[in-house]
Amino acid sequence: MFSFCEDPSTLETFRWFACYLTNGVHMLFYQSFLVVFALLAVAAPLALTFGFLAATASRSRIAPARWVGKGYTSMVRGIPDIVFFLFFVLVLDQGIEYIRHLITCPDWDEPIRQGANFLVCDQARTPQGNAPQWIHETYNFALAVFTYAIVFGAFCGNVLYGAMNAVPRPQMETAAAYGMSGRQIFWRVLVPQMWIYALPGLSNIWMILIKATPLLFLLGIEDIVYWAREIGGSRNSRFAYPHPDWRFWYFLGLLIFYLGFTKVSEIVLSRLTRRLSRGQASAAGAAA
Amino acid sequence: MTCIEAIQAYALRSIGIGERALPQGDITFCEQVVLIGSGMIWNVYLGALALLFGFFFAVTLAIAKASKSPLTRKPAQWFIFLFRGSPLFIQFFMAYEAFVMLPRVGVEFELFGIAIEAETRWFARAWLGALIVLFCNTSAYAAEIFYGALRSVPRGDLEAADAYGLSGWKKFRRITFPTTMRLAWPAYTNEAIFLFQSTALVFFSSFPAFQQRGDALYYASYFAERTFNPFVPYPIVGVYFVLLTLCIITLFGAINRRLNRHLPSDRRPKLRIRPNLIR
Repeated sequence: MFSFCEDPSTLETFRWFACYLTNGVHMLFYQSFLVVFALLAVAAPLALTFGFLAATASRSRIAPARWVGKGYTSMVRGIPDIVFFLFFVLVLDQGIEYIRHLITCPDWDEPIRQGANFLVCDQARTPQGNAPQWIHETYNFALAVFTYAIVFGAFCGNVLYGAMNAVPRPQMETAAAYGMSGRQIFWRVLVPQMWIYALPGLSNIWMILIKATPLLFLLGIEDIVYWAREIGGSRNSRFAYPHPDWRFWYFLGLLIFYLGFTKVSEIVLSRLTRRLSRGQASAAGAAA
Repeated sequence: MTCIEAIQAYALRSIGIGERALPQGDITFCEQVVLIGSGMIWNVYLGALALLFGFFFAVTLAIAKASKSPLTRKPAQWFIFLFRGSPLFIQFFMAYEAFVMLPRVGVEFELFGIAIEAETRWFARAWLGALIVLFCNTSAYAAEIFYGALRSVPRGDLEAADAYGLSGWKKFRRITFPTTMRLAWPAYTNEAIFLFQSTALVFFSSFPAFQQRGDALYYASYFAERTFNPFVPYPIVGVYFVLLTLCIITLFGAINRRLNRHLPSDRRPKLRIRPNLIR
């Protein structure tokens, strides 16, 4: 990065750190923070969508839709999410390959589960074995995002279901009295009003989603935890920047990053709450 | 291998009793159930001890946070923010690296007349290191719950206590503390459930499994790797955790009934179990 970085072994402390913290692997480390933000940016809206669909399904008049909605939102009770994280990624991976296998190789006659092996034909391998590295990485990331969205969608479903029930009943009855159809009541009366009731729960889930991002590492993504472990490990004198085991300091950095992120989110969410409760007939809102 | 044999060989495998080698080759369903159940011993151990010690520390923290003096309030606030604001996963990693950096010292001391040799090396093992992290974590979360309850003790109760001439320790022990517990208990039940579920994270926390004595997820992922079939071991873990959750709900529900036994039945708060959330 800097012109004096040619021979790190001759540098004094400050310059050594200036060079060390801007070398190639550190740039990758800083980029991996973007992975975290990308995950949050994609998984959060997706989870909210899943949650919304689940909450709507749970209120449906059609019994099977209700069962699906309730089953989905209650699956997260009692079982650690980490089990879901491990489970879903494998299930999605194998499921996609299996479906593609059925479509692309209809005349495959060997069993797919051969004892300890999961075998599909070559065309069904996802992504293809000869695909470039970035496709593999993107595919893994997409699987991870989808897993997050499924698990957190179930949480959102719980919150939104509660929020829909919290909207005062007379509002809907008045809308019905004005001659609105069921669909109109839902979109014009229920949905606009439910957000203020959902916000405390949703902000809670957001905080938890932030704190769940290090689990990306477990799903095999090269995220900040991966790089902190990778770079922090001790380097002997064969490397350009030899140093002892510094993983503790790297994790301390991550800890501070997360504390700061949580703090900022807290401030933003409390502002949002104040904004949304404006004009609501609640203790926080001004209108009586 | 029949089921009886599997139980004999592996029921206590996670604490080092029984067959040394883990099952290879053809792995039966019974072996999976028994070994994963044996791993649950560690999850229960970590959760139960962290919860027990954490309860007392959390009460202390909550009182410190509610105190007027900034000397006690500030440290409690910072402790709670530190452990609630960061992912448990990162806390585990950091604690492990910190414990590994400790100098190797052996200390001998006497406890109840028994000579005990303590080593700093123990901190880098899951049974102590992970326990400390879980203890701090649950203390911070529970302290926030107790703090909220402490602040919502009805003013009338405290004034009545003053009127009866209760003050200081007596007022706290007879009025403030029981009411706090009563108010906090439903939320604290959820916290206990979360804590037991977050013991699943210990598997990933880089605390090594000594002689393959791991927790439930350790064995589950072993089986998932061996059989390439996640559809058996992970649901087994799920079922075990659901059973554990039911036990916690039963136990805490009984305590909740006891705490509220003086109230008329229609005013007793019900336990509302919320879905678990990761930390």
